Amino acid sequence: MKVRVRLFAALREIVGQEEVEIELAPGTTVNGVWEKLVSRNERLGAYAKSINFAVNHDFVSRERELAPDDEVAFLPPVSGG
Amino acid sequence: MFEIVQDILDVRTIALQLASQSDGAIVTFAGIVRGTNQGKKVLFLEYEAYPEMAEKMMERIGKEILNTWGLSSVRMQHRVGRLNVGETSVVIVVAAPHRDDAFAACQYAINRLKRIVPIWKKEVFEDGEVWVEGPVETVEVP
Repeated sequence: MKVRVRLFAALREIVGQEEVEIELAPGTTVNGVWEKLVSRNERLGAYAKSINFAVNHDFVSRERELAPDDEVAFLPPVSGG
Repeated sequence: MFEIVQDILDVRTIALQLASQSDGAIVTFAGIVRGTNQGKKVLFLEYEAYPEMAEKMMERIGKEILNTWGLSSVRMQHRVGRLNVGETSVVIVVAAPHRDDAFAACQYAINRLKRIVPIWKKEVFEDGEVWVEGPVETVEVP
């Protein structure tokens, strides 16, 4: 199955793309996608402890299992306002 | 009502939209781009949002404060893109029958926005730039 990953701020700059599509085995968790991304871009690893996870525009835990066409986002600590 | 925008924000215009005869108080908060941060001169800021989720989270905050403080109405707008020093980055306006509720709700809303709404700012200095990162926290999962 495919999921869409959205990237913002520092993570977007590290990867060099605003979004990527990733092909996954069914049952892959949000954390599984994160580990796959980190294996391609080691500098992302610095954010392992500070990011929050979102699926389809809601916060989720890293154990959340993904469904086809989900939109996943890895959110560095926010700084709006 | 809960929007990420590119254009200049005008707190007064938004506040006037909320005026009604049943409310004794309108409280506004405007966040302004400061010219220095930790002693360094800031040239300008670049704000970036995850727009769909940011609007959804602002709406969630709006519902929280409407219920908790019995407000009549609430508006939240956050600007993205390049903002110069002195410009308005965020506006929160709440209307309520009584001022105590309106003050409390407005303060809660900006504090909550700074924790859970996916927006980031980059500070650009004369000698470099940095993504500002707020405190690390695990946002509660609904």
